[in-house]
Amino acid sequence: MSFKKTVLACMIGAAAASALLPASVSAETLRIGYSADPETLDLHEQLSGGMLRLSHLAFDPLVRWTKDFDFEPRLASDWEQVDETTLRMTLREGVTFHTGNAFTAEDVVWTIERLQQSPDYRAIFEPIAEAHAVDAHTLEITTHEPYPLLLNLATYIFPLDREFYTGTTDTGQDKAQIVKAGNSFASRHLSGTGPFVVTERRQGVRVEFERFADYWDEGSEGNVSRIVLTPIAENAARVAALLSGGVDFIDAVPPNDLDRVRQAQGVDLVEISGTRIIGFQLNEERVEAFRDPRVRQAVAYAINQEGIADRLMRGFATPAAQFSPSGYSGHNPELPPRYDLERAGQLMEEAGYADGFGIDMIAPNNRYVNDAQIAQAIANMLARINIDVNLRTMPLAQYWPEYDTRSSDAAMIGWHADTEDSANFFQYLTACIDAETGAGQYNYGGYCNTELDALVARADGETDMEARNAMLRDAEAMLHEDAGFVMLHWQNLAYGAREGVAIEPVVNATDFPYLGDLVIGRD
Amino acid sequence: MIAFLTKRLMHALLVMFVISVIAFAIQDHLGDPIQQMVGQSVPESERAALRHQLGLDAPFHVQYLRFAGNALQGDFGYSYFYREPALEVIARHLPATLELVFGATLLIVLLSVPIGVYSAIRPRSLLSRFFMGVSIVGISIPVFLTAIILIQIFSIGVTVTLFPESSAWGGWLNAALSTRGSMPSFGRGQDLVHVVGHWDTNLASLGGLKHLVLPSIALASIMLPLFIRLIRAEMMEVLQSEYVKFARAKGIAPRRIHFLHALKNTMLPVITVGGVQIGTMVAYTILTETVFQWPGLGLMFLDAIHRADIPLIVAYLMIVGVIFVITNTLVDLIYGLVNPTVKLTGKPA
Repeated sequence: MSFKKTVLACMIGAAAASALLPASVSAETLRIGYSADPETLDLHEQLSGGMLRLSHLAFDPLVRWTKDFDFEPRLASDWEQVDETTLRMTLREGVTFHTGNAFTAEDVVWTIERLQQSPDYRAIFEPIAEAHAVDAHTLEITTHEPYPLLLNLATYIFPLDREFYTGTTDTGQDKAQIVKAGNSFASRHLSGTGPFVVTERRQGVRVEFERFADYWDEGSEGNVSRIVLTPIAENAARVAALLSGGVDFIDAVPPNDLDRVRQAQGVDLVEISGTRIIGFQLNEERVEAFRDPRVRQAVAYAINQEGIADRLMRGFATPAAQFSPSGYSGHNPELPPRYDLERAGQLMEEAGYADGFGIDMIAPNNRYVNDAQIAQAIANMLARINIDVNLRTMPLAQYWPEYDTRSSDAAMIGWHADTEDSANFFQYLTACIDAETGAGQYNYGGYCNTELDALVARADGETDMEARNAMLRDAEAMLHEDAGFVMLHWQNLAYGAREGVAIEPVVNATDFPYLGDLVIGRD
Repeated sequence: MIAFLTKRLMHALLVMFVISVIAFAIQDHLGDPIQQMVGQSVPESERAALRHQLGLDAPFHVQYLRFAGNALQGDFGYSYFYREPALEVIARHLPATLELVFGATLLIVLLSVPIGVYSAIRPRSLLSRFFMGVSIVGISIPVFLTAIILIQIFSIGVTVTLFPESSAWGGWLNAALSTRGSMPSFGRGQDLVHVVGHWDTNLASLGGLKHLVLPSIALASIMLPLFIRLIRAEMMEVLQSEYVKFARAKGIAPRRIHFLHALKNTMLPVITVGGVQIGTMVAYTILTETVFQWPGLGLMFLDAIHRADIPLIVAYLMIVGVIFVITNTLVDLIYGLVNPTVKLTGKPA
């Protein structure tokens, strides 16, 4: 074929394609502009927000969180605690994977065993000793010790199609193999039970999904038949894509654009308070003064959380005085933010630091919402109690290596509890550092309160939820009193959606929208 | 000629070597790729194991020699994010960037020549002054701002209510100044036509072309004024030269003088600058591609930096180095052809 003919053929083909297009762009196609796309198709290769969002599209968890942090049955229809260390789950019948294979308890057992081999999930699934199938639709999970958070872990168990991932590829590679940042079978193919099947994927450019025809949840009112997910990392571009009608739904609307999206015609803004705590850690190993609880309290009193949430974040944050957001088991409603500059000054004087001192502080500039500006505001606030801050901000890629060296006097951090549970915050952020057990892995300042650690440890072995929650509330109060962590706020979540895309019912504080249940109005 | 090309080939190799050493030397400051690959709560022991598995714990010279050895065999490493060979990733992103540069170049050529020539022939006319004014503004506005303004006007649309709606002319003016906005604001769209290999084109369908329009204008917005001014300045100089005066005295029609005799000599330096600038555009589409989420090399590179995807960063920098050497070589060759007094090998004529 000559060149001209090729061009002509292309043009005819394109014309035909564009003529067909309007038919497929019906009301049920959802075009998403997320800030990130899934890194891989292998759920167990990486624990990240993008991956968990994919998990809720192409897979189903055993149970999932409701808006109020209760458990909603999904593939597990019922569960009971058989004894202190054993949980028995009844699995849903009549569920099939995308390949057509039937879903059984064996698939769940296989999935849990694979999770226990994943570098990202291994530590989280440490408490589980064994999972075994009693019969095709009954599963028993046993833990080493009494463990109160098994159901929290079950929100991470998205059963994989065992048969699909068993065997070897043409090149002799095990299909189930988990390869980090490599080319494995599982990173390019998937089969789950979820509402959507991946039909096309170009990493970093686009992922396309079709609704799974044999999806088990017939009670779901979701009517999205096709999803086109485009990652748009740039904030301004993502908002523009929504406002111009290029996409129907975006995540992470930046605070500066909230008003614009709120006021735009034909577009709705949905804001919900999130669960990620933003705060600072004071390095007690480098700065003698921070070992004095009075100085730490003075810092806590000097910081105006409400001011930051109101003005800097434009209401896009909930001021915090503890780790646990409302809804978490350990949330202690008696702990309000305590801004009192006078008291802060007094405490500094009592501690013998009326003249203050100078510190170095580091913060990322592209990780959390307005992170660099928040750090700047903190520096100004600390200056009022004569703590002179030399602030350095840097991009995320450089921030974490710098953070790991612990060579600054204060550092910013944001933390989301993977288990959606209060104890997790203490274990990672304030526990006495122990390289053996991995406790205090993100305890930048080397803060150590053995009494607090003991309380959290006791709570984590307590299966009576009421008693456990009381302990965690006490732990929050204890940390508040000791000012072991500089609390700022919980960062809100904001989504924008085209009018008629009923996004509100399917989003929740975990930031993984349940798009299988999304209803798009036919107008 | 062969001596010249060999010399340029050596240049290319030297450039690649120097870039690779520099990129490797600074990789510790680009960030920790492991951090990007694991969840935040993953313990240090797992990270260390992964670091070892990827060979990132080896000393600098060991890592570099391993890389250089592989690179000599055409293997530039494996992108951590794309899970594919770095060269493959670059090859897949190249067509998008080339089409964008093509679109921008087309705009520049089609607009800069007539405007430049016109404003040289009639430097005092109102239209010339207008073009010069606009081009100053164009040069001074950064690309990303131009891009955002374009998106606001042509994709999102603006509603003007400046004039009183009640009066007839006010309503008309408001309507005339408002835009509906329907142009796509991001990406290459779905109407791509497959050509060959990694090349899917935007140029063969209406939907594809629509996606290309705004990014091309944004990318052209910096170079276009530059070329208008360059052509204008060159042309004005040529118009002062003896042979043009002589042609005028001979009574040749002005149109023939301007477009046949003067323009030819005007274009000589423009070709040189243009060639180099097109090379620059390929390498520096980063801003335009970021704002328009255009899946080309620039966006890929910026993402790679955010993700500390070091193999991809190193490979990209080396490829860009080569692109520069190649475009410079081509420009020199063309210049040699156009202007026979230039000797490429540097020997006396």
